[in-house]
Amino acid sequence: MKTYLLCIALLSGWAQQAAQAEVFERTLSNGLKVIVKEDHRAPVLVQQIWYRAGSMDEAAGKTGIAHVLEHMMFKGTKTVPAGEFSKRIAAAGGRENAFTSSDYTAYFQQLHKSRLPLAMKLESDRMHNLNLTAEEFGKEVRVVMEERRMRTDDEPQSLMHEKMMATVFQEHPYRHPIIGWMSDLEALTVDDAKAWYKQWYAPNNATLVVAGDVKADEVFALAQRYYGAIPKVAQPPRRNFTEPPQIGIKRLVVKAPAELPQLVMAYHAPSLADPDKDWKPYALEMLAGVLSGSDSARLNKHLVREQQIASDADAGYDSTSRGPGLFMLDATPSAGKTVQDVEAALRQEIALLVKDGVSEEELKRSKAQVMANEVYKRDSLFYQAMQIGQMESIGLGHRTLQVMLDKLQAVTAEQVREVAKEFLLDDNLTVAVLDPQPLSGKSKHKAEGGASHGR
Amino acid sequence: MAAKTILIKPIGIIALCCISTLATATPHIQRWQSASGANVLFVENHDIPMLDVAVTFPAGSSYDTADKSGVANLTHSLLDAGADGLSEDDISRGMADIGAKFGGNFDIDRSSITLRTLSSAAERDKALDIMARVLQSPAFPEAILAREKTRLVAALKESETKPDHIASKAFQKAVFGSHPYALPEQGEVATVEKIAIQDPKDFFQAHYHASGAVVAIMGDVTRAQAEAIAQQLTAWLPASADPSALPKVAMQIAASEQRISHPASQSHIMVGAPGMARNDPDFFPLYVGNYILGGGGFVSRLMNEVREKRGLVYDVHSYFTPMKEPGAFQIGLQTKKEQADEALRLVRGTLAEFIAKGPTGKELKAAKDNIIGGFPLRIDSNRKILEYLNVIGFYDLPLTYLDDFTRKVEGVTAAKIRDAFARRINPQAMATVIVGAPEPATKQEAGK
Repeated sequence: MKTYLLCIALLSGWAQQAAQAEVFERTLSNGLKVIVKEDHRAPVLVQQIWYRAGSMDEAAGKTGIAHVLEHMMFKGTKTVPAGEFSKRIAAAGGRENAFTSSDYTAYFQQLHKSRLPLAMKLESDRMHNLNLTAEEFGKEVRVVMEERRMRTDDEPQSLMHEKMMATVFQEHPYRHPIIGWMSDLEALTVDDAKAWYKQWYAPNNATLVVAGDVKADEVFALAQRYYGAIPKVAQPPRRNFTEPPQIGIKRLVVKAPAELPQLVMAYHAPSLADPDKDWKPYALEMLAGVLSGSDSARLNKHLVREQQIASDADAGYDSTSRGPGLFMLDATPSAGKTVQDVEAALRQEIALLVKDGVSEEELKRSKAQVMANEVYKRDSLFYQAMQIGQMESIGLGHRTLQVMLDKLQAVTAEQVREVAKEFLLDDNLTVAVLDPQPLSGKSKHKAEGGASHGR
Repeated sequence: MAAKTILIKPIGIIALCCISTLATATPHIQRWQSASGANVLFVENHDIPMLDVAVTFPAGSSYDTADKSGVANLTHSLLDAGADGLSEDDISRGMADIGAKFGGNFDIDRSSITLRTLSSAAERDKALDIMARVLQSPAFPEAILAREKTRLVAALKESETKPDHIASKAFQKAVFGSHPYALPEQGEVATVEKIAIQDPKDFFQAHYHASGAVVAIMGDVTRAQAEAIAQQLTAWLPASADPSALPKVAMQIAASEQRISHPASQSHIMVGAPGMARNDPDFFPLYVGNYILGGGGFVSRLMNEVREKRGLVYDVHSYFTPMKEPGAFQIGLQTKKEQADEALRLVRGTLAEFIAKGPTGKELKAAKDNIIGGFPLRIDSNRKILEYLNVIGFYDLPLTYLDDFTRKVEGVTAAKIRDAFARRINPQAMATVIVGAPEPATKQEAGK
């Protein structure tokens, strides 16, 4: 029910070599790319369909439409009534859901290996036959408003994150929340959903990933049968946003009912564009690993365990996205300490990085974790399919996964120091603070909102 | 490290671990008692060069006392704070060096310590050596207890501001009264502040015995290696004592309704009562019945009535929490304050009708189709199988549990469901908690 944080960054290992051999791909004549990952450990499979349309593709005033449409995809087609999609998958013993991000929207079903035709029949049907009605839209957008209240409005840290992103990015659509601003949700209509669906839900804007106990040739044949006849839809050129350079530190404070303050420092950073030639995104991944890849990594060791300035401290960076990247540090002050104290401590860590760099031992440890995670990921069919779908959807392609592993292993300590020095600068920085308010602070609501929650 | 924000629609929470079937081969489970007295369950599988191990003790929060609530949790979380000459940093760094994942799970019944490591000898041996020392010779350093108490108190105070946490705490109290299942898993600010270093030391001596331990091993080792591992992890645990039995849960509670104010825009609502134990004879009828009522995600009755038909909520679910003693049956939902009472009426009406009439034949068939047809998904990874080993061992379920599962589901009838629910759940005697409750005086809310 919370905002899900998915860790896709640190991949790794020799296992990938063997794994790659079992990945097959083919593109149908209507442009649908089909990728099959064979894995015969258990008699199950997962089908995922990925559309290259996420919240970053939304127009001003229409935020949230990508996600609302995702909900509407369960509301029936010309031949499958509302709710029936879920019922049929459930009756086949399946599990299904969908998710929307800033970069893409994806749908999935997990089933016994014999049920792929059913999943394909239903999924291909709603790729081009969705029946969007004002009545269903009206109900579902209310559901999404409840989702927004639960995930964001009543979650102080999410609220701070939302407001921070709107401050970090001045022009890039990453400044808008995936779930949409409440006033946009209130203004959206079924026609907006129709326009979005018509534009983006097309075979030539999608990637189909099937992983599990299947044979690639059979999957390709089924894909041709179910998806092959869906017509292409001309895709408009994508707008490339160039976020204007930030030229000075930005700060914001968000007040919300909570007990603990929190501090987030977000630095603009590159994302992976040319996997063969780039080196900075890989160095930034290793930097995040050295800072918070384990309990013994720097932030937890220094700030939480030794100095006891923070009760939690983390670093995060994702090199793979359609838009620009961010390198983020966050910390919660421990009892008796302030956000100023934790900011000073985080800055001290950055200064230390820039001055002395990282040790070979720390780097080796981060690389060992990358390698091990690459073996562990084989225990999750879903995750393996997800990595493939994400890499395709952001335009890098799944074969880049292997390149990334090799490049991560090649990062040097000096490169890590260099990226810390280049990107962790005040001119690049937004500092967000959660300022906790007492729960009983109702007079404030009264003064600001003109309405009372009463007592 | 990457942080991608993604919105996922919720599938109802299914708190029950279990299921088995079809033509799907179930894992071959080997079980034995280690020389130490520990109960060992093992599945050998060499598909992936890795090893998962979980060691579980009957040392969850229900073994706390009200005045020292929180000792069980702190004992669990301090195990890796230093052991047998290894410092806290030696332990976490040692595991990180070899890419091992060292963690744990803690609930009202169980305290588990878990390890996932590469199975190559160098990594495996190092990881197991650290785990063995942490499990059997924890040092419980006083300075780290002080630090962790401070962190925990801060976290508890933060939780006290969250509507879902406030609701859950009041709900447990209303359902379990003075039974230890009512104690908050992590303790309370006032009780945690009182905890001294001798408390976790004593708790460890009293509850971490080889004879009560369940060692679950899954993955790339042989039977002989698994035997050695189980012994290595439990040989030096404190000498055995009689297992402490939990008091009985009072199954009948008085109807109650608490409305707690909160500035959140939504009301968080919980409705429930004591439900069933893990080895309950009514387990299957209640499990299948609950799938129909509110456990089956988008296809459940509650979801259909409250979300699909009326758009009142994002999530509404029901589930049983089968524990050593009967855990709670609960329904949960969140909705904006103005429509909280409407949603609550619907939920109560849906529950009452289900209890009175039971499921339709069509609903029962759909439930069985899903649970039986989906059985292979329950055992499709090492992680999932490890958890079954843990549950089968800890709750003393038959070794054929997975083999029998689909047959037991198949044997459930509408009459059995109606009968089991009627005996367990009385809609007139349930606890209701509403946090962020709509206030009778004013229904207005700041402009949303």
